Amino acid sequence: MTHLKKWMLGATTAACALFATGSAQAVEIEYWQYFFEPRVKAMETLIENFEKANPDITVKMTHFPYADYRTKVAAAIPAGQGPDVVQLFYGWLNDYVNAQLIQPLPADVFPPAEIEAEFFPMVQAMKRRDQYMALPTAVRSLALFYNKRLFDKAGIDGPPKTLDELVETAKKLTQKDGAGNLSTVGITTGMNAQDHHWFREVLVRQFGGDPYTDNYRTVNYNTDAGKAALKFYSDLEFTHNVTAAGFMDEPQAAFKAGRAGMHIDGSFRIGALNKVRGLKWGVAELPAAADGTQSNYSSYWVNGITSKATDEKYDAAVKFMKYVTSDEAMQVWLDTVGELPAKPSAAMTEANAEHEVYGPFIKGLGYAKTTIFANESGQRQALMNMVARMRLEDQSAEDSLAQAASGEQKILDDYYN
Amino acid sequence: MGIYKRLTISQKQIVWAWGLLAIPIVFYVVVRFYPTANAILLSFQEWNLLGARNWAGLDNYAKLFSDPTFWKVFGNTFLYLILGTPASLLVAFVIAFHLDKVRFMHGTIRALYFLPFMTSAVAMAWVWRWFYQPVPIGVFNNTLATFGIPQIPFLNSTTYALPSILAPAIWAGLGFQVIIFMAGLRAIPQTYYEAARIDGVSAWETLTEITLPLLKPTIVFLVVFSSIGFLRIFDHVFNMTSNDPGGPLNSTKPLVLMIYETAFDSFDMGYAAAQTVVLFAVLLVVSLLQLRVMRDR
Repeated sequence: MTHLKKWMLGATTAACALFATGSAQAVEIEYWQYFFEPRVKAMETLIENFEKANPDITVKMTHFPYADYRTKVAAAIPAGQGPDVVQLFYGWLNDYVNAQLIQPLPADVFPPAEIEAEFFPMVQAMKRRDQYMALPTAVRSLALFYNKRLFDKAGIDGPPKTLDELVETAKKLTQKDGAGNLSTVGITTGMNAQDHHWFREVLVRQFGGDPYTDNYRTVNYNTDAGKAALKFYSDLEFTHNVTAAGFMDEPQAAFKAGRAGMHIDGSFRIGALNKVRGLKWGVAELPAAADGTQSNYSSYWVNGITSKATDEKYDAAVKFMKYVTSDEAMQVWLDTVGELPAKPSAAMTEANAEHEVYGPFIKGLGYAKTTIFANESGQRQALMNMVARMRLEDQSAEDSLAQAASGEQKILDDYYN
Repeated sequence: MGIYKRLTISQKQIVWAWGLLAIPIVFYVVVRFYPTANAILLSFQEWNLLGARNWAGLDNYAKLFSDPTFWKVFGNTFLYLILGTPASLLVAFVIAFHLDKVRFMHGTIRALYFLPFMTSAVAMAWVWRWFYQPVPIGVFNNTLATFGIPQIPFLNSTTYALPSILAPAIWAGLGFQVIIFMAGLRAIPQTYYEAARIDGVSAWETLTEITLPLLKPTIVFLVVFSSIGFLRIFDHVFNMTSNDPGGPLNSTKPLVLMIYETAFDSFDMGYAAAQTVVLFAVLLVVSLLQLRVMRDR
């Protein structure tokens, strides 16, 4: 027994000594994000630059597969383990702030007035009382991807500018085989992909509605505007027959395979499409409504300082935060990942705004809205089921919309009460 | 050290026995019993993984029993069981029964049946998912379209989706069941069959009066084993419907997938734990029931 005790004591001391040496000379802070190759590369570049400017600080990056990321972060941070600076999806922030696991950014280094002047307006969702809790390096928005080869073949000059043109263009692009089965869709469809954002923040607004009220706590799309938006969306599949749900398994696969004329997706898709050989594609702003109304959906990942960082680690974390939210870092992120800078000063440079690929996304940021989700996958499911009921159970658009709205409201009520 | 030296040999043997047994016991207590007890406790609490665990009384259970999705999912879970267990046992028995009589390339054929059991469920589910796709990529529908037959919306239908997912799941488990059945068949003494032949008993009667009754322990084992498997089905459903997990319209969602979504999409750990407790109770009741019904009097 005494043997064992001695051995354990020795082992513990050795372990303590081992960990202590790491932090004795230089401050080491830990940074966590999910694994996506360009993101990891971009962060490696940023860390390298940062360490060069701050030789007394080292940043250790850890990354996990996206599928485990949320759970691992949620398990590690409350246990006082894991990162000093962490990347979180904007929608998760609420839970972390309520559990006091994220420290507010110090107002002297990050003055709220300055942030509001410098960043795109949707970042204001990160403010609690008078302080910002977290800030993004990059933001994402939606745009219309189109297949240039299919456009040329159908004799169409360019991407549609309005929703009516979208329908006409899609009709021209659609191809069917001898048995009447779709072999190429005019536009992809699927609320499971980005279409639920397109419906919520773009179509409902373009038909004159406001999808939510009360700071996204009350569903407000069960209205005439919502009905018109759903009619437009579902007509593509059920009336115009220019698309089919589940075609080629998933919308982005159909577009990658050159089997879809148009596809609405986020700026994060650019990297994957660049790798597809033989696909000639272009990007355009989302089509406007007949009256010219434009809208877009923007989402982003933020960096925040966890409650684990104290004393010199906290100071180092603040410095690191300052760097990753600088214009320089944003340009690195854009060049490596293809995600858009979170500040107009970095985004709206002439080179970026007129860029063939980034341009339409960056223009979209100017009028984008950010949905505050209580449970994104649950709220997405409500809209997926809305269209599925019309497809599989012949439910009328009105009834299905009403059921979706009440279902989503229940999710919001459960979360906020 | 002194105490140990004074022990008799048999006492030392006991110390060693318990010392060695302590490893699996500690393992079970730490990775099985403690989490199980904790999950039961959690089912009476509210927790989002980040904040504090708050007592919620029976709220989670009340919410569960008034949730129409839960009942739909509960029904699906039993549908997997009720369709899957008899179908897989019947097919496995027919194959084993005939394979037992085959001499030509016996080993190779047996290996072919066993192969799916060794394949990763995820890989298999994805291959079948592609088989089931509509034109232009799905093998089945492309074949149908070639002959001018309308497409079947395998996974995109509330009627066909569940059987479509069940089919590869049955196929995956078939190899194991065939092997167990064959072992059971081999264990039946040949003398019974010789006696039956001498008495001129028909093949059908030999099957129902000799083979099946003597296979009962094998059948009981397989029924319990495959029932538990189908009640816990997850991999196939999750991977074949990841665009709309458990869909369309929850028509294929089993209880385990609902637990997963509640825990890791909604982060409603208490509610997920309550669902887990219900699944545990169901598994327990079904297993005990089957053991009782199929036990020899």
